[in-house]
Amino acid sequence: MAESVTVENLSFWFGKQQVLKDVSLSAQAREVTALIGPSGCGKTTLLRCINRLYRLYSGASITGKITVGTENVLDPHIDQVELRRRVGMIFQKPNPFPHLSIFENVAAGIRLHGLAQGREVAERVESCLKKVALWEEVKDRLDRPGTMLSIGQQQRLCLARTLAVEPRVFLMDEPCASLDPVSTMRIEELIRELHKEYTVIIVTHNMQQAARISQQTAFVLNGEVVEVGRTAEMFVRTRDERTEAYLTGKMG
Amino acid sequence: MNGKQLRLAKSYLWEVICLLSGFAAMAVLFLILYYIVRRGAGVINLSFLTNLPTPVGVPGGGIGNALVGSAIMVGIGTLLAVPQGIAAAIYLDQHRESRLAIATRFAARVLTGVPSLIVGLFVFTLMVLRTGSYSALAGGLALAVMMVPVITLSAEEMLRLVPSTWREASLALGATHRQTVLRLVLPAATKGITVGIMLAIALAAGQTAPILLTALTSRFWLENLQQPTASLPVLIYSYAITPFADWQQQAWGAALVLVVMVLLLNVAAQLFVAARNREV
Amino acid sequence: MACPSGDKVGEGFFPYLTASAAALLLLLVAGILLIVFRGAWPALHTFGLAFLFETVWNPVADVYGAAPAILGTIITSLLALALAGPLGVGTAIFLSELAPLWLRKPASFVVELLAAVPSIVYGLWGLFVLAPIMRTVLGAWLERNLGFLPMFQGPSIGVGVLTASVVLTIVILPTITAISREVMRAVPSELREGMYALGATRWEVISRIVLPNSKTGILGALLLALGRAIGEAMAVTMVIGNANAIPTSFLAPAQTAASQIVNEFPEAFDLHLSSLFLLGLVLLVITLVINAGAVWLVYRTKQNAGGALIRHER
Repeated sequence: MAESVTVENLSFWFGKQQVLKDVSLSAQAREVTALIGPSGCGKTTLLRCINRLYRLYSGASITGKITVGTENVLDPHIDQVELRRRVGMIFQKPNPFPHLSIFENVAAGIRLHGLAQGREVAERVESCLKKVALWEEVKDRLDRPGTMLSIGQQQRLCLARTLAVEPRVFLMDEPCASLDPVSTMRIEELIRELHKEYTVIIVTHNMQQAARISQQTAFVLNGEVVEVGRTAEMFVRTRDERTEAYLTGKMG
Repeated sequence: MNGKQLRLAKSYLWEVICLLSGFAAMAVLFLILYYIVRRGAGVINLSFLTNLPTPVGVPGGGIGNALVGSAIMVGIGTLLAVPQGIAAAIYLDQHRESRLAIATRFAARVLTGVPSLIVGLFVFTLMVLRTGSYSALAGGLALAVMMVPVITLSAEEMLRLVPSTWREASLALGATHRQTVLRLVLPAATKGITVGIMLAIALAAGQTAPILLTALTSRFWLENLQQPTASLPVLIYSYAITPFADWQQQAWGAALVLVVMVLLLNVAAQLFVAARNREV
Repeated sequence: MACPSGDKVGEGFFPYLTASAAALLLLLVAGILLIVFRGAWPALHTFGLAFLFETVWNPVADVYGAAPAILGTIITSLLALALAGPLGVGTAIFLSELAPLWLRKPASFVVELLAAVPSIVYGLWGLFVLAPIMRTVLGAWLERNLGFLPMFQGPSIGVGVLTASVVLTIVILPTITAISREVMRAVPSELREGMYALGATRWEVISRIVLPNSKTGILGALLLALGRAIGEAMAVTMVIGNANAIPTSFLAPAQTAASQIVNEFPEAFDLHLSSLFLLGLVLLVITLVINAGAVWLVYRTKQNAGGALIRHER
């Protein structure tokens, strides 16, 4: 089910400003790839290229190639709706839909794509909520608004919402940035579960988090991928002095 | 067509519908401007702007007295409404959650929703019935009633944008409240407040019903503020509903003058806003 | 401001000045209600509530019933709302969600200008441009093709209920558009992104995220526009045809409360004048109730839609 993501020679401009410079990176299926680097270095933009979310804002131009599975994402004829179903995204700030109940938040994508009808919808919602370990906490109040949950629960609700449309790839943009330590741990546990079935690309500020959950780490600086390597090796012995400087806290 | 194509087609269809609504809305403005220019431009010349009206069929009639009357009444309205509105806004800004502030804010919003015609009935009873005559003063007062809530609410909004740290710093330096407000807060908000005043003036200049009920109209020059007074909007109305072609054409000319003035005020206000945004 | 005023020596009368300026606004609202009520009292005393339901308005016999005017007001403003509502919300969606960024500001400004044009000018345009088109083209077509329905019965004389409604549509369109646009802009972009990221089309994001999250504000905008349509005087007076009868057809001339006041005010005395005041009181009460509801709805959705509100309530 998981699909690998390959980025080749990707450059990205917003207006006249070049945000990404000739980025190449490969994220293996069933692995967690962490993107680390100082804020403003282009990590989030890289993530938003993969599901073409950058297209929502005018002024962007892009060159290079991004392959998800076997398909070139930047091909103008690509089925954007299908791409975004296959490549799910979790945002920095949990964004449950405030006008929908907990149940309907998870069902939103199912209904959008017509993935299930009638009772199947409820079964699917339940199984997604169970996967993110939220079912026991919310099963008695499924009709309450999603925004009444705690921030940590909201982020898990967003995970369930994304799981419900059966993605192959998860893009996560600092999913724990607005969470407390306990909620962060729960999300990290989930990520460790998720990568058995999905490809995960996660942007994080937190190097310990990258070390804890990822198999591969890429260090991004000023729009360039400075270094990519196995997480275990990279944190022990970096090859690039800029990565070294960042990891030891001299930069960032 | 499969489900996804259907979804996309539906999306395009609705996007096109919204696009068409947008263009229709904008087209309405340009269509109306087009007609006003086409029908009105022909009569406009210096004597049209400066002459008195003439009887039907007599050429050379103008809108001079209506322009003066409108200017005087809008002037009176502005003179009354600006200090009153700003003073009320200062109170609202200083006592944001006091009971009087909440009630006043509600009153201001209610007042902006009162039909202008009703404001006319109000001032008619208050002034015209009491003095026994339609007058420029009554017209000006009616316009002031229309302008006060607009100026109050927009000025309060602008005063709120002044950072409270400035005020605290001023008070900490030993300035009194009055000094802080008059020398620091008001000057800092001047541009924004001016924009609000300009928009209020534009609103007042186009008012017809309240003027009709309070100042009526006149075919002569204004001699004092206690007599019936001509105005641009009432002139447009009274000429338009006559069957005479020359008067109807003058109504278009007067409408062109009015629209140009009002739109210029709005454009100037917009430029003011843009200039302020650049500064910040 | 934590500091209450008047806590410093030498402040003098300044705090009292600002407080009385604020209080004057309250007084103004109370004064308007009181004075219109007082003016309406003789008629209210004479006719009572029957004033609202009586269909005869005859100054010669000194008998006044407001049913035709009230019905005319309701029909024209509801028809205008039915036309301007979809158009205005559609325009707001275009301005807020669809238009390219460079176009959004100038296009929104054009709509603002539409609101700035005095309603008398719309009346003039309606009388000399729209009414002839109604008489010879649209009205004539309706009469020919749908004339078998009582509501489209001729003769199509150009002025009447439908023409007044179209002019009112233009008058209230910018109100609906500007406020709807602001409440839509207030929907956080994270929500749109969240829906796009699930694979939604543009319209699905608009219909399932933007509209549900701004519906209270849009409802407020519609109510505000309705209030404006009900209270609009001049533009309607010029194109409604001013007939004191219950309108039976969209093509027939009619009367609204506001147009009746404008038309008869200069020649009205005593009970006739008082009846016009009573008509004004009815108008005032209806618009006050509608506006209070609208303001409440819009402010509930978005605190700083205030700017648009101030500009568009009238």
